[in-house]
Amino acid sequence: MSVEAITIILVLITFAIYTGIGWWSRVRDTSNFYVAGQGVPTVANGAAIAADWMSAASFISMAGLVAFLGYDGTIYLMGWTGGYVLLALLLAPYLRKFGKFTVPDFIGDRFYSNGARATAAIATIFISLTYISGQMRGVGIVFSRYLQVDIIVGVLIGMAIVGFFALLGGMKGVTWTQAIQYFVIIIAFLIPAFAISFQLTGNPIPQLAITSSDIVDRLGQIQVDLGMTEYMAPFTDLSMINVFMVTLALMAGTAGLPHVIVRFYTVKSVRAARWSAVWAIIFIGLLYLTAPAVGAFAKYNLIDTIADKPIEEVQSIEWVSKWETTGLLQLDDINGDGVVNFTGGEDNEVSIDGDIIVLSTPEVANLAPFIIALVAAGGLAAALSTASGLLITMTSAVSHDIYYRIFNKEASESQRLRVGRMTLLIALAIAAYVGINPPGFAGEVVALAFGLGAASLFPVILLGIFDKRMNKEGAVAGIIAGLSFTLIMIGAILSPSIFGTEAPILESFFGINAQGVGVVGMMLNFIVSFMVSRMTPEPPKDIQELIENVRAPELDE
Amino acid sequence: MNQTLNEKQKWYWKKNIQLIISLLIVWFLVGLGAGVLFAEPLSKIQFFNVSLSFWFAHQGSILVFIILILTYAIRMDKLDKQYKEMIKDGN
Repeated sequence: MSVEAITIILVLITFAIYTGIGWWSRVRDTSNFYVAGQGVPTVANGAAIAADWMSAASFISMAGLVAFLGYDGTIYLMGWTGGYVLLALLLAPYLRKFGKFTVPDFIGDRFYSNGARATAAIATIFISLTYISGQMRGVGIVFSRYLQVDIIVGVLIGMAIVGFFALLGGMKGVTWTQAIQYFVIIIAFLIPAFAISFQLTGNPIPQLAITSSDIVDRLGQIQVDLGMTEYMAPFTDLSMINVFMVTLALMAGTAGLPHVIVRFYTVKSVRAARWSAVWAIIFIGLLYLTAPAVGAFAKYNLIDTIADKPIEEVQSIEWVSKWETTGLLQLDDINGDGVVNFTGGEDNEVSIDGDIIVLSTPEVANLAPFIIALVAAGGLAAALSTASGLLITMTSAVSHDIYYRIFNKEASESQRLRVGRMTLLIALAIAAYVGINPPGFAGEVVALAFGLGAASLFPVILLGIFDKRMNKEGAVAGIIAGLSFTLIMIGAILSPSIFGTEAPILESFFGINAQGVGVVGMMLNFIVSFMVSRMTPEPPKDIQELIENVRAPELDE
Repeated sequence: MNQTLNEKQKWYWKKNIQLIISLLIVWFLVGLGAGVLFAEPLSKIQFFNVSLSFWFAHQGSILVFIILILTYAIRMDKLDKQYKEMIKDGN
C-alpha cells in the first residue's frame, strides 16, 4: 500500500474517533449544559488546553523555524512557553474566579464600559482570525502533500472539515475531543523524534541526545562550512535587543490569547484552574522540549542528504520529488554544474519552506509508511483542535459580546445562535481565503496579532486584577495609546509590504523590529493607564467589590 | 462573599502576591536572563556538548517554566489550607 493510501485510512480513522467522541460528550453534556467541563478531570482538561494551545504552528512550523534560526529560534520556544507562565500565574485563576464566559466579558464588566468591551471583542476577533488563517494553511499543506492535490483544494477540504467539527461540537462538547487530539499530536510528534534521534546519535531520547551527543556541534560545523550561520551561537539572525523584545512580545501576546483563557472558565474551581495549568504545561512542554531537538536533527539530516549531491540523484528521492510538486521545496541548478549547492549565500540552489521540516522528517529518516501517515494525522489534529477553539471564541465575541451585550440585550437564545452560526461561516470563509492567498505580508499579520495582544488585552486584564484603583478612563486611554503606537510602528516599519512604499518609512524603533515593537506599546499602555487613572475618579464601589471578590480565596469547590 | 476583604483575606492576597513575584523573578532570570541577556558570557561555558546559554535557550528555560507553574499550584494549595485553618480557629 502506498504512503498516501495509509495516510488517508489513518486520517479517516482519527476523524471518525473525534466525531464519535464529540457526539458522545455532546449527548452527555446537554443535561448540564452550563456546567459542562465540571465533570472533566483536571488531567483531561490539561490535555484539552494543550491541544487547544498547540496549533499547526507548534506542530508543523516550530521545529522548522528553530532549524533555520538556530539559537535565535528561542524566541518561539521561550516566547510561547514563557507566556504560558504569565497566563497561569497572573490571569487564569482570577478570570476563573470572575466566572463569566469570555474575555471581553471581563474587560467590559471590570471597566464598566461598552467601549472597552467592544475594543476587547474586536481585538479577540482580529487575533483569532490571524491565528486561524495559519491553521488553514497548515491543513492545506498536509492535504496537498498526502492527497497530492493543489494547496487550494487542500485548504478547501480543511475548511469543510474544520467547519463540520466546530458546528458539531460547540464549546461544551469539544473538551474530550481535544483531550484525545492531544494524544494523537504528541504520539505523532514523539515517535519520529525518537527514531531520528536514535539513528543520528544512538540515543533514543531527543532531549538528552541534543546535549549528550555532539550533533549540534557537527551541525554548526557543516553549516559554517557551507557558508551558513553558526547554529549554536546567539544573535546571528537577530540582534540581542530584538531577541529580547520579540520573546517578551510573544510572551505577553500569548498570555492574552482569548481562546486559551476561555478554557479556564469551564473548570470547576480556582484550584482546578491552577492544576489544569500544571497538566497543560507538562503536556505542552513535552512537545516544546522535543521540537528544538527535532529541528537540529532534521536540519543535519537534510543537509547531509542533499547538499553537494548530484541534482539528478537528489530529485529521484521519492520525498524530494513529492515535496517539489507542492512547491514548498525547490531545487534549481543555477550554475549548471549538476550538483546541489546548499549554502547561505548568493549561489544557494535550494529553496525550502520551513513548514516541511517536521512533516518530512520521517521520510528523510526512512521510517515506515505508517509513521509518515501518523505525522500527517498529528498535524491535522493540531490544526483542527486549535481551529475549532478559535472559531468558537470568535463566534462568541460577535454573538455574545457585541450583538447580545451591546446591540440587542433582549436577544433570545435562538437569535444569538443564528448570529453565531453566521459569524462562524463568515470567519471560516475569510480564514480559507487568507490560507489560499497568503498575503505577501503573512508573517507581518502574525506580528501584528501578537503585538496587538501584548499592547492591548494583556495589560488591561492584568491591571484589571492587580490594580484596584484602575478605572475606565485609565484603561481606555491605555489601550488607545498602546494600540495606536503599535499599529503606527508596525505600519511604518513594514510599509513596503503593507502600503507598497519603496523603502520602509522607519527602519526600526531604536533597533526594535516590528515583531518586538508591541512590547513598547505594552509599556506605553501601562504608563498611560496608570497616569490617567490617578488623575480621574476612582472606580465605583460595586466594581471595587468585584475586584475584591476576584482576589479573595475560594472556600468550597 | 464579604463586601470588602477582611484581615485574613488581605493576608492571603499579600502571600499570593509575594509568591507570584518570587516565581516571576526566577522566570525572568532563567528565561530572558540566561537565554538572552547573559547569552554571550554563558555561551563560553560548556554544558555537556552544547554551550550553557544554548541549553537554557532551547531546553532549560522550558523545564524551569514547568517547575514554576507546578510550584505555584502546590504552594497555593498549602496557602488555601492555612487560610481555611485560620478561619476554623477563628483568629
